Amino acid sequence: MSEPDGTGEESVVEGNSITEGTAAGEVLRSTEPISFYGAVEPDTGEFIEEGHQLEGANVAGKVLVFPRGKGSTVGSYVLYGLAQNGVAPAAIVNEETETIVATGAILGEIPCVDDVPVERLEDGERVTVDADDGVVRR
Amino acid sequence: MHLTKEEERLLESDTPATRKAMELLVELGDIYGAEEMVEIESAQASGISYKSIGDPGVEFLEGFAEEGAEVSVTTFANPAGMDFEQYEEMGVSEEFAEKQRRIRDALKEMGITLSFTCTPYLAGNLPHRGQHVAWAESSAVSFVNSVVGAKTNREGGPSALAAAITGRTPKHGLHLEENRRPTHRIDVDVDLDDQSEFAALGSWAGRIVEDGKPYFTGIDAATTDELKALGAAMAASGAVALHFVEGVTTDMEPPEHVDSATFGAGEREEEHAKLNDGEDPELVVIGCPHCSPEEIADVAEAVEGETLESDLWVCTSGAVKTWADRNGHTETIEAAGGQVLADTCNVVSPIEELGYETSATDSAKAANYLPGFGNQQVVFDDKRSLVEGVIEDE
Repeated sequence: MSEPDGTGEESVVEGNSITEGTAAGEVLRSTEPISFYGAVEPDTGEFIEEGHQLEGANVAGKVLVFPRGKGSTVGSYVLYGLAQNGVAPAAIVNEETETIVATGAILGEIPCVDDVPVERLEDGERVTVDADDGVVRR
Repeated sequence: MHLTKEEERLLESDTPATRKAMELLVELGDIYGAEEMVEIESAQASGISYKSIGDPGVEFLEGFAEEGAEVSVTTFANPAGMDFEQYEEMGVSEEFAEKQRRIRDALKEMGITLSFTCTPYLAGNLPHRGQHVAWAESSAVSFVNSVVGAKTNREGGPSALAAAITGRTPKHGLHLEENRRPTHRIDVDVDLDDQSEFAALGSWAGRIVEDGKPYFTGIDAATTDELKALGAAMAASGAVALHFVEGVTTDMEPPEHVDSATFGAGEREEEHAKLNDGEDPELVVIGCPHCSPEEIADVAEAVEGETLESDLWVCTSGAVKTWADRNGHTETIEAAGGQVLADTCNVVSPIEELGYETSATDSAKAANYLPGFGNQQVVFDDKRSLVEGVIEDE
């Protein structure tokens, strides 16, 4: 179900709830999969993987939108570490959240929604992720 | 999700760690639509290096151990950030070593086997076909699903630990037979002459299939080490947990009506070039994933009586290092100026703090991670060429 807003554009993007919680932030979008291990600096949230679309960006406080995880299973601990260090993404939106990202989001208490194609959200737009209901509001 | 009486009991356990472990697994089971849990025979815990998990990870593991976490099935540990006996020779700082020892002590308290290896199947934990296990460590997941025929999902480090404690994991994904079918076909139309070429193929294929399950044709034969390299590369460049090599790992017919791609001489050269961005390595590392006894013997043979102009690490488990010691390989490698290191590897050690800027590897997995996580320029080639390339001229 999507609700119309004043501009006639869709204001709610329906997804699937992975974890709980609600958070707002600016969308940081990657159309490439992400391995948190080796790609994101756990102390700062800086994205350091060379050649990746997000190289040089910082995930802290952002609504991080990417299709799915890849790479090392240590990614869960990196997400947890980002949360402990206060530099985690405000929320995560995926096309498909696999176990490594889901485990990290649960431990780090990061609101997470999946079943949302990355192209449904614009890089830089401000959204609220309501992970309890599994939706993204703009 | 249906829970048995025993699982209900675990969920209401007086031991906080057990309760938390079960809660995490139920939550994951609900997310993935599992109808029930499946009992596991073994687990592999990842996220063991202090470099990988940092202070939050140390505190998490210590806290978990204090809350009574205790594994109920055989659980092996992934590599640490250093060789516990040779860390000073590696150049690892005392501060790092202290944190790494705290992690080790927490694992020991939980009853985890202090194996410190990413190749548990070479060091004493080899499941059999059809067994359910919960392994983290992406390359070991790939090997155990694809080559051994046991069943595991790509567990995150903490979810594998939760499975180890409770002895079960949610039954979904690759625990279900219907999800273990090929999704892509990769026709290999070039000879793969050495292990690094299997790694290059895997690196290329992982990007194409992402989290798919590729079926390879055109590979006549492969050694265990070559299959290890293929799977590890795909698990790093993609999220591949299961693959098939026709006539080698499977007697399944090639799949029809799936996406297909061809890996020829051109792709092989391009992938080698893509994995290479350095020259004149100060360090050559063999053993990602950890070396088998055969690989160590090969390296020893190549350096016997020679002197190396770069540092050389041969990384393996403590178990395999014992065999290397007994067979004289360690002595041969040390005489040439190299080191045989147990417990660790170039990916999870604090390599950038040890003064190295360019390192060489025959592993596409390492080549994938080293630039970002180790701040390294990478030379990628077959192990024999790499070693011969750093032998001093007479």
